[in-house]
Amino acid sequence: MTLDRTTLRFGAVLALLMLASPFIPQWALFMLTIAGANGLVVLGLMLFLRAGLVSFGQALYFCAGAYTTGLMALLLGVNEMLVLLLASAALSALIAYVLGFLLAKYRAIFFGLLSLAFSMILYGLLVKTEALGSTDGFNVPAVTIAGWLPGSGMVRAAVLGVACVVILFCVSFVQGLLKSPRGLVLTAIRDNEIRTEYMGASARRTIHLIYVVAGALAGFGGSIAAIAVGHIDPTMAFWTTSGEFIFITILGGVGSVVAPFVGALVFGIIHTIAFSYSPNTWQMLIGLSLIFVILLLPDGLWSFVRKVRGLKA
Amino acid sequence: MISQAMVVLVDGINYSAWLFLSAVGLTLIYGVMKIVNVAHGSFYALGAYMAASVVGFWFTNNYPPYLSYFALLFAALLAGFVVGPLIERFLLRYQYGKDEVVILLITYALFLVLEDVLKLVWGVDPYFISEPYELLGNFEIAGMSYPNYYLLMVGLALVVGLSLAFVLNKTRFGRMLVSVIHDREVSAAMGIDVGRVFILTFGAGCSLAAIAGAFTAPTISVTPGLGVEVIVLSFAVVVTGGLGSLPGVALAAIIMGIARAFCIHYIPQLELFVIFSVMALVLSFRPRGLFSLAEARKI
Repeated sequence: MTLDRTTLRFGAVLALLMLASPFIPQWALFMLTIAGANGLVVLGLMLFLRAGLVSFGQALYFCAGAYTTGLMALLLGVNEMLVLLLASAALSALIAYVLGFLLAKYRAIFFGLLSLAFSMILYGLLVKTEALGSTDGFNVPAVTIAGWLPGSGMVRAAVLGVACVVILFCVSFVQGLLKSPRGLVLTAIRDNEIRTEYMGASARRTIHLIYVVAGALAGFGGSIAAIAVGHIDPTMAFWTTSGEFIFITILGGVGSVVAPFVGALVFGIIHTIAFSYSPNTWQMLIGLSLIFVILLLPDGLWSFVRKVRGLKA
Repeated sequence: MISQAMVVLVDGINYSAWLFLSAVGLTLIYGVMKIVNVAHGSFYALGAYMAASVVGFWFTNNYPPYLSYFALLFAALLAGFVVGPLIERFLLRYQYGKDEVVILLITYALFLVLEDVLKLVWGVDPYFISEPYELLGNFEIAGMSYPNYYLLMVGLALVVGLSLAFVLNKTRFGRMLVSVIHDREVSAAMGIDVGRVFILTFGAGCSLAAIAGAFTAPTISVTPGLGVEVIVLSFAVVVTGGLGSLPGVALAAIIMGIARAFCIHYIPQLELFVIFSVMALVLSFRPRGLFSLAEARKI
């Protein structure tokens, strides 16, 4: 894991954000935390999109992570945020590892729809499980951070701080993965899978690997979201949740490991503003911006950054 | 014991008919145009809302009640053949060169837009139009009473399925469709107006979704978010059957319908779970669905 310039710059931005956090209103801290959680899930989807794959079921791992956190806190009495985060990511990665044996063989539409089926299976199970609150879900108890229980005024900033550390760790890991030969194979798979295999790289193994990585990332995201919101319910596994993640992926673009977080932040802002002013048309706004991005900005918001850099050079 | 089995069978067949009607338009559009149309669910909802308005109008004006079924059909066809072709002509037509997944995302965006358009036009309050449902009365099998509306749905599914099979296999337009399915460019070179075939197919596929919605509307309360559930169920049916295959949709709908009815009666916790489990199971053994053609890999 090398610390390259992208990771360092992004880390500096996050550090500045944390320094400024006492001056940021509570609702904005909450929005930033959720954007970070979404960004982590989308970081995994970005890996898929590099290989030309779109998953309509990433909500499965998001939800699995959230429920792991919720259940461990509620039933086992584990309140330590760091333990919860790692356990959630590990469980999501384990599910992804098992399902990956099957899914890594599928491409294009079939990859998307089979992953959709798995997430809907989890949704169907959770909705019908009375013990887990059925469609209402349940509340997640307050958490401690390395043994410290933050007061009510500090809790949002504290959770955001931990989220930033996790995000930085994940970003540097994914950046290292993308620079490695294994990561470079992803683009080759998208361009021409058969030729890639003739060159000696295994498409199936590569996709299985990123499937597990993306599962773990979504597990982190789900855990952070569960802790930040303090409540979880089965809609976290519903296909519309996966759809929102896909929207953020397309919005941010695949140009950089930072792009998913830019996309997630913009989505968070659109969501917060549109939802409070006009709850019945905010989906339309999301839909129209998705069409706009696909038609006019095929590389996502990140292409603006590219353009600015291109002007300098 | 036998009456229990009858209940499962009758409920299963009714649900199969509904699944078939909801999903068949999706497979038609995919087969011909290679578009996975997420907006399909919105057309289902549009059909239901159109039906709510037309049937409401029909019964407040005391038109002959038994003709209200034609009103339902007319409402659905109007919805599908007006909105569908507009979308094809002014948005999708310019995207055909792009990847299947990109077109899927565009139809997903359309789905989001249409969901809110429906809310803007019809509001967020539920509509109830149970008159066509109650009009028909009940029938009895093995001591259990069922609404005759079940028979109407099954009959409608049979009529739709058989007429699609007839059009595809026996008519000139059907042969043109099959030729476009196999090779778009050669068909165009042979003088088939591919653009016209596409616009008609998209209209027909959307109308089928609207018909399913319109004829389901009397049995439910028509509320926002109707299409969200339908689209994933339709996906499950169509993918299990083999994308683009008409007999595939029929078979998958029957398997899933019976499986769900069985679960509802014996293990109700697994109701939602069972449909997607069937899908995952079929895809694990037949990666492209039950009825799928082998596809040549291009190097």
